[in-house]
Amino acid sequence: MTTTQSTLRSKVLWSVVGWLVVFVFFFPVLWMWLEGLKTEQQAASSPPTIFFVPTLMQFQEVLSGDFPPFFINSAIASLVSTLLVLVLGLPAAYALAIRPVKRTQDVLFFFISTRFLPFAASLVPLYLLARDAHLLDNILALILIYTTINLPLGVWLLRSFLLEIPHDLFEAARVDGATFRHEILRIVVPLIAPGLAATSLTCLIFSWNEFFYAVNFTSSVAATAPIFLVSFISGRGLFYAKLAAAATLASLPVLLAGWIAQKQLIRGLTMGAVK
Amino acid sequence: MGSGGVRDSAASVSRRDAWARRLPLLPAFIYVFLLTQIPFVLTIYYSFFSWNLLKEGSFKFAGLDNYTRLITNESIRTAILNTVVLTLAVIAISVVLGMAVAMLLNSEVWGKGFMRTLMIAPFLIMPTAGALIWKDTLLNPLFGLLPYLLSPFGLGRVDWVNRFPMATVVAVEVWRWTPFMMLIILAGLQSQNPEVLEAARVDGANPLQAFRRITLPLVRPFIELGALLGSLFVVQTYDSIFMLTYGGPGEDTTNVPFLLYLVAFQGYSIGQASAIGVVAVIITILVATFALRTLFSIFQVEARR
Repeated sequence: MTTTQSTLRSKVLWSVVGWLVVFVFFFPVLWMWLEGLKTEQQAASSPPTIFFVPTLMQFQEVLSGDFPPFFINSAIASLVSTLLVLVLGLPAAYALAIRPVKRTQDVLFFFISTRFLPFAASLVPLYLLARDAHLLDNILALILIYTTINLPLGVWLLRSFLLEIPHDLFEAARVDGATFRHEILRIVVPLIAPGLAATSLTCLIFSWNEFFYAVNFTSSVAATAPIFLVSFISGRGLFYAKLAAAATLASLPVLLAGWIAQKQLIRGLTMGAVK
Repeated sequence: MGSGGVRDSAASVSRRDAWARRLPLLPAFIYVFLLTQIPFVLTIYYSFFSWNLLKEGSFKFAGLDNYTRLITNESIRTAILNTVVLTLAVIAISVVLGMAVAMLLNSEVWGKGFMRTLMIAPFLIMPTAGALIWKDTLLNPLFGLLPYLLSPFGLGRVDWVNRFPMATVVAVEVWRWTPFMMLIILAGLQSQNPEVLEAARVDGANPLQAFRRITLPLVRPFIELGALLGSLFVVQTYDSIFMLTYGGPGEDTTNVPFLLYLVAFQGYSIGQASAIGVVAVIITILVATFALRTLFSIFQVEARR
């Protein structure tokens, strides 16, 4: 009796502590949502407005203004580069997992070291190359760069999923005379659907949220969602509610994808090391 | 003769087989090689030249000038120091907080799944958006929520971003990276067999002993992995600095990536920026040879399981 009471008491205690901590961490996100639902006067009031009648005015204004092109650029850069990572990464991961090439370890090390090479290493030449190829302020430049950033991660991650496929399956397919393309499409793709999801999610997070190349390689035509937010830095007058609405919209795709694919998140972020 | 022919064809088959194995790897390998290694070689090349992009015909050989300027220049030292402070502070604090939250989420509490869902939000929010929300709606000295909430304690109306710039950047980055650490450490905790802890309790170990003797050794690889991956990302912090402080006031929050941005895209000094790039790579290689080897061994252990 006393033990169940004390376990219950500890459960209540730790639940309260846990929810308080979670609330503190989640609060800025909640506050962003709330601010976006206020009028500018309410968002810039002192003391801060806690109770108010929500309005979608700011969201309407952001969506009917110049935000959509930025959002669409983000979508194009993220989706196309993610697709490229899958198309280039899957065969490479296959070559490193199923029928390992010589020096597999060295190749894996090469890939992971490029992922963590500081962007300082290649920034200036990439900028000059993009300038000379007339790719500045062109979404293609961002696509190519995001593919470079995410491809090493994709290779590692997909390889970790391929290693889990029983080897017999490939032997059987090869005995049946399956071609490489056949093997990939008929055996590999269906079996590592979770791996493709994890890779896509991780690539999406990194490319959607990427800022350094976006802000320095684009100006107006190819600018992505985070660049839209930069315009608020030097904002004059009342802009907090509109900023919060834009920040909410800009964050939405990754937030939703991350929440839906929580299972894949850890594995993706650790490049397959933690399952 | 005949046997030689057989050996020949066997060799060519194995060579063809080797190429068949290599072929699927090549597109990705060549792609990454071209877009990372060639630019890097060019960075080294440019670092020996004086070149201002805005001045026509200013491209001329400068020997080691860019490097001697780096050694004598105060800015680069400040930037390296700021990078080290920021990275160490963010990783240390977010590992400790991440560990604490992970243990909370691993204990008997109500609504674990929902707590985890809410907890990972700061990591998923666009960093530029998160930084602006902190700066303009939470920390703003006039309208922000935090100065208002802190005013009863005599701390009101503090201009956090300008008075404590580095602390503000660290706080926002900790907010972002704690969920990351929590996720990794929680995965470690969940791989623990609860019966072992139970047995320890039966044997009379107090919670602190059980934590130090059983839980900590078990999650140590996960903490190491989180700290390594996290630091490789945090070293490159740029977006929140750009949004919160723009490297200032003065150079108080200018780290190496931000200095590089200033030199390359505000000063257009291509040679100088390239020299900073080379130095950044050397530092990263020194730190990462150790870090990546450790990381690699963790991956190998994982792969063998």
